[in-house]
Amino acid sequence: MAFAAFSTTAAPSSSDSIKKKSPVALLLLLPGILYLVLFFLAPLVSLLLTSFKVPAEFGDIGEFSYAFRWENYTDVISAYWPHILRSFGYAITATFFALIISYPLAYFIGVKARRWPLLQSLALVMVVAPFFISFLLRTLAWKQIFSDESFLVTSLKAMSLLAPDAHVTGTAFSVIFGLTYNFIPFMTLPLYTTLERLDVRYLEAGSDLYASPFHVFRKVTIPLSMPGIVAGTLLTFIPAAGDYINASREFLGGTGTQMMGNVIEANFLVLQNFPAGAALSIILMSAILVMVSFYVKKSGTEDLL
Amino acid sequence: MKSKPLPADPIIRELVRKAQSATMNRRALLTGAAAGATGLALSACSTGPAELTAAPDTSATDKLVRWDNWALYVDVDDAGNYPTIDAFEAQTGITVEYTEAVDDNNTYYAKVKDQLSLGRDIGADVVCLTDWMATRLIRFGYAQKLDRSKMPNVENLLPSLQNVDFDPGRELSIPWQGGFAGICWNKELLPGGIESVQDLWKADLKGRVGVLSEMRDTMGLIMLAQGVDISGDWGDDEFNAAIDEFSKQVADGQIRNIKGNSYKEDLVNGDTVAAIVWSGDIVQLNAENGNKWEFIVPDDGGTLWNDNFMVPIGSGAKSNVEEMINYYYDPEVAAEVAAYVNYITPVVGAKEAMMAIDPELAENKLIFPDDEMLSKAFVFRELDSSEEQKYNTAFQSVVLGAA
Repeated sequence: MAFAAFSTTAAPSSSDSIKKKSPVALLLLLPGILYLVLFFLAPLVSLLLTSFKVPAEFGDIGEFSYAFRWENYTDVISAYWPHILRSFGYAITATFFALIISYPLAYFIGVKARRWPLLQSLALVMVVAPFFISFLLRTLAWKQIFSDESFLVTSLKAMSLLAPDAHVTGTAFSVIFGLTYNFIPFMTLPLYTTLERLDVRYLEAGSDLYASPFHVFRKVTIPLSMPGIVAGTLLTFIPAAGDYINASREFLGGTGTQMMGNVIEANFLVLQNFPAGAALSIILMSAILVMVSFYVKKSGTEDLL
Repeated sequence: MKSKPLPADPIIRELVRKAQSATMNRRALLTGAAAGATGLALSACSTGPAELTAAPDTSATDKLVRWDNWALYVDVDDAGNYPTIDAFEAQTGITVEYTEAVDDNNTYYAKVKDQLSLGRDIGADVVCLTDWMATRLIRFGYAQKLDRSKMPNVENLLPSLQNVDFDPGRELSIPWQGGFAGICWNKELLPGGIESVQDLWKADLKGRVGVLSEMRDTMGLIMLAQGVDISGDWGDDEFNAAIDEFSKQVADGQIRNIKGNSYKEDLVNGDTVAAIVWSGDIVQLNAENGNKWEFIVPDDGGTLWNDNFMVPIGSGAKSNVEEMINYYYDPEVAAEVAAYVNYITPVVGAKEAMMAIDPELAENKLIFPDDEMLSKAFVFRELDSSEEQKYNTAFQSVVLGAA
């Protein structure tokens, strides 16, 4: 394009052909652009404007007027900083456990089970199968399994593995458990897709060169499956950090385990304090954006995004 | 931009054209974004308070009532039909679309408030909300004025409910059902029982106590236990003393969970052994799970509330709704509903009608409270909007574990 400007005679044909194409390309892009503007950009602008609002003068509940009150941000951080830290703490822990559990599983399905295609597809179906049932129902089922008078908890107490006055629901354990459980498929599937293409001849070459199995795993398998690890951890961490179902008091959480999603929900739906809810949403988004770009940079897989 | 003639040299001319179109594009983009943002800002501004007018009534041509209500709040038979609604439909030819859409006053309000503030239809012609939320809707002008002359049966309304602060003369709201918030316990796991809110804080109940996420009920009971008359003239000091107690019990792990209607699950699965609850639910829980729980209004007092029929400003079915309210104020119909939902019916004469259905239920003090029961029940005083905001925030801080 830039060079076309300098060529006076040869250019017209090529720039004409581009011009001929562009309305079609634009037309094809239009739905996508409209969608983004309507459902992403406009709400984002509205959210940002809301986050700086002040209570309307002599206003009633839920009435706010436009202003630039940046203190909304410091207010919510000082009121809810434990929830912000807790959200990321829980999400990181859940992502870690999901990775530890999913990697061997994905390795088994993607590498070990190659010789038995039927087993491979069966195992994949089993990973995806839980999606056929609403995840709300599955989380509620865990709540029942972990309840105080349940078989599991009473037997753990009978075996003195759990203190008599201890309980499981409403604790950090149950929330992290729920997050891990619910996001394991999101971790397993991307890991599977990279491990499935893993060329085992590299592993053989490694052992031919007298590397121990652990060394081969660390130097060959892990680097080759890095795209899957990065994709899986992102797909787990991002939704887990903003999740409000598992930590909700209606599901596996309690008052001591509330995450940012719950605080945002309470500010929007219960307190009608829209600026606080909006400010928290913006903080959550920016924090995730910063952490994710740092992570992607560190793991050297920018070209993935 | 077009004022200056372009240079003669074709190469330079092409360059200038490129540069101009580039700035044009950038400028257009920026203007577009700015216009979009302004548009958003303006559209959001227009939601300010304006005099709302009721939608035109199309009841004569459109025989439909869309009714949003709470769960387990109307009679249901084993086949899943609503007998009293079916009878009304057969009698009048009006179709009723009944939806259990209200799970919590606050969240329901949050869902419909934008349409209400614009005077638009919210997808419901009548909705039953609690007194304090009715207060808010009336204050904002979101409820339609009802024609009492079309509802002669409403003369059967209990005298004590004829005049309320938020709606003198009952022109905008008509009670549906009422109830108490009190305490209950699991008789199998806690044979000794409990007598007061103080008993909930006993060491042997640590981590097994549930309370309601409805601020007025939980705080009301705690304040009553601290000797405050919640209907009377109390202020920040009394409220803060109760919030301190509440916050301490949550921080100590005495209170296991704070929930809306779903507290029932915790009682059923045994996570909570004793709880602050609503009266009618316990009767239904006992019917479904064996007679396991006992409900009392503590001697220090419990809260008393009503849920009220209201016609949202954007509904065009006011006359149909009035006909339906009139139908439900027939004592026999009221008794039929009360026999199922077990909440306090506001209809005079329902007790006599109940004698014919189930004499035992007619003696049930939770449905037909006697004077002794009513002397222990208090209505949480009306809060102005700044108080409501302040107390709600304090309460939610504890609920979210941020206090």
